[in-house]
Amino acid sequence: MAKVHVTTTINGEPMEFLCEPSDTMLDALRGPLALTGSKEGCASGDCGACSITIDDRLVCSCLMLAVESEGHDIRTIEGLAQGEKLHALQQKFLEMAALQCGICTSGMLVASDALLKKNPDPSEEEVRFWLAGNLCRCTGYDKIVRAVMETAAEMRAH
Amino acid sequence: MTELRYLAPDTLDEAVGAFAKAGSAARILAGGTDLLVQMRSGALKPGVIVDIKKIPEMTAIEQTADGGFRIGAAVSGMALAEHRNFGKVWPGVLEAVNLIGSKQVQGRASAGGNLCNGSPAGDSVPAMVAAGATVTVQGPDGRREMKVEDVPAGPGRTNLKPGEILVSFTLPPRPPGSSDAYLRMIPRTEMDIAVVGCGVSLTMNDGIVTSARVGLGAVAPTVLLVEDAAKALIGSKLDDAALAKAASACSAACRPIDDKRGTIAYRIKVAGVLLKRTAAIAAQRAQGK
Repeated sequence: MAKVHVTTTINGEPMEFLCEPSDTMLDALRGPLALTGSKEGCASGDCGACSITIDDRLVCSCLMLAVESEGHDIRTIEGLAQGEKLHALQQKFLEMAALQCGICTSGMLVASDALLKKNPDPSEEEVRFWLAGNLCRCTGYDKIVRAVMETAAEMRAH
Repeated sequence: MTELRYLAPDTLDEAVGAFAKAGSAARILAGGTDLLVQMRSGALKPGVIVDIKKIPEMTAIEQTADGGFRIGAAVSGMALAEHRNFGKVWPGVLEAVNLIGSKQVQGRASAGGNLCNGSPAGDSVPAMVAAGATVTVQGPDGRREMKVEDVPAGPGRTNLKPGEILVSFTLPPRPPGSSDAYLRMIPRTEMDIAVVGCGVSLTMNDGIVTSARVGLGAVAPTVLLVEDAAKALIGSKLDDAALAKAASACSAACRPIDDKRGTIAYRIKVAGVLLKRTAAIAAQRAQGK
């Protein structure tokens, strides 16, 4: 079967990979690209665990084809920390125990980061609506929402 | 397994040619938020996918000289929300588009896909119908215009001819005193399918409705344009009697199904209730309140 050659940018670095035309972006990330931070929960766009951004727009990587990344700017959870230094959201999620099993965490972080880039001062309601597409079976959401609110406040203060 | 071919043409003519040539094995890929789910579940096994997002016309949002809008069929809900002016002119259409799925889904999902899926419950469709939007479609026999309400043929089916592709939506210019709104009834606040969806577009002058359109979703095999409801509103000050008459017209237009989200009786009643609430919001906006 003819594989497709895809040239894209992932977390700021030029990347090339081969995929089947039917592979999703999530398949490519977790397969040939070996970026396993994006998780597969539902594979139908309901859980948000595979959230990434394409050209700064939040999407589920299970709902786009890998070939669609050709020529676009893809960001994944692997691009959130700067080297060994965690992103403020990652640090706050740790401090406030805004995670348990961890399956939803990378998607929650990518989605929260996309929100704070768009809106540095969201209300709690805005955070809850924004994260409605990210499911978590462990935390009851409250710790996550509080961690996002607190990170936003700290980032505004700096 | 048959091999899937992915095509991403740069021009509409190429897309139409490739789509028509591949026949029933072909599927159009806009946001893909429904197509990929159908492929994964095995409900669909397309032989050819035609990605239309590299065609500039399909992803453009353009305010026309007369003050109307032309929106490419593959424009995502998020892109529409980011447009500096669209939400001011058509707040109801924007809120309907931004009720489709989650933020992640809105990052990709398009009004074009929402319409072409032919779901009676698609959120953007009643708002587009209320807006009086038309669509441009292009196929092997050329271009034509259709009213949005004429596109769905039934659940999962459209009146597009074989080989035709939805290109763009055209929304008319807005006279002063115009606005719109969309409300839907769902069991939870996000990420669910409408039990009833209602779009209302109004123009008001001195507190009196001078023109109105009402679109109703999830209460019949296709989204409905409810002309009797609009007639009941036109000429009124949106007083209780006019609203009651319009609500009855909405309920009378319903031919819903019974399902786990709502019974027939419930959907019929809610259609009237939503008309009143949606009209009130549209009227407030139209009067700049």
